[in-house]
Amino acid sequence: MNVNATIIGQMITFIILVWFVMKYVWTPITAAMEARSKKIADGLAASERGQHDLELAAHRAEDIIRQAREKASEVIALAEKRGGQIVEEAKEQARTEADRLIAGAKAEIEQEVYRARESLRQQVAQLAVTGAEQILRREVDLKVHAELLASLQNEI
Amino acid sequence: MVEALKMLSPSDNPTMYIHDHLAYWKIGHGFWSLNLDTILIGALLALVIMWAGRKAAKDLTEVPTGLRNFMEMIVDFVDEQVRNTFHGRSKIVAPLAFTVFVWVFLMNAMDLLPVDLLDLLGNAMGLQLHARIVPSNDLNTTFAMSISVFILSLYYGIKAKGFGGFGKEFLYTPFGKYLMPFNLLMKLVEEIAKPVSLAMRLFGNMYAGELIFFLIALLPFWVQPLLSTPWAIFHILIITIQAFIFMVLTIVYLSMAYESH
Repeated sequence: MNVNATIIGQMITFIILVWFVMKYVWTPITAAMEARSKKIADGLAASERGQHDLELAAHRAEDIIRQAREKASEVIALAEKRGGQIVEEAKEQARTEADRLIAGAKAEIEQEVYRARESLRQQVAQLAVTGAEQILRREVDLKVHAELLASLQNEI
Repeated sequence: MVEALKMLSPSDNPTMYIHDHLAYWKIGHGFWSLNLDTILIGALLALVIMWAGRKAAKDLTEVPTGLRNFMEMIVDFVDEQVRNTFHGRSKIVAPLAFTVFVWVFLMNAMDLLPVDLLDLLGNAMGLQLHARIVPSNDLNTTFAMSISVFILSLYYGIKAKGFGGFGKEFLYTPFGKYLMPFNLLMKLVEEIAKPVSLAMRLFGNMYAGELIFFLIALLPFWVQPLLSTPWAIFHILIITIQAFIFMVLTIVYLSMAYESH
């Protein structure tokens, strides 16, 4: 129960210890702990940001896919329309071509008929002339009656 | 040696045994004497704290392990206590609280060593030694800490409120300015009670704890473990609680110095 100079010694020990702890133990350890907790907080924030970015990217991808799908269906519709048009055009062309061919054939046939008639006429005329020649051999001079025969040929 | 062993045999003379064990290893006379046991063990434990603290602080690994982890646990615990109680700005309060907690804890923990250990060691080295192994069992230690804290709280009180504000607090509280002398008396008692109670509480608890160990040591050797083991286990609690109380009250007194009433 006796207080003596020991109290001074213990005070000195205590003060030195407090000073040492403050300078060389407490300050570096708390600084390191603070730095670490800041680092962890930063890491968490970064991960959250990453998560957010990922979500955004997913949204964007969805948008792009949707747009692509719309465009594709548009293209398909257009192609179908165009296809129909082409078929229609082809049909039209075929029809006109057919008409043209038919018309050509008809013209040719007419020409052929005309030509046949012409040659027939000539042959008939020839025949008539030959017949008349034989009949009139003696009395008709071919040269005299040529004009008459030509007019006859024209009349047939 | 033979004489020493005879002295240490408790059952021969219980009164002498207790008396011897309550004596400090003292040199010098009157006030200017030193309790070497208190000084040496206190300093030794302070060195242990410095060594361990420095070792932990130098460990710069990213993931704390071992000693570093343990130290950070204590630092975190103390820091939380300080944050909860002390709202002023001070760089010294938290490390002070840390030092108080750890040092007091270690000094108290010396109580768990066998009561005769130091005397036997001293006698083995040829010293006629009556020494006490628990430094917090010495009023010098507890008062050294509580008075240091008290002086610091006075310093902070004056720093936070100025001389005028600090003086006013002594004169005008708690009953207003018309009861000035009474206020001064009350305030003086209140202020002085702080370091005294702080020191006496720790001293009383540790003294009582040690005394129980002395008494158990007086019993026949086959009874001793039956009693000393539960008491030691219970004492672990007391050691920790007393260190914790000393730390918390240190923080509280310093924060009271900062805040005006």
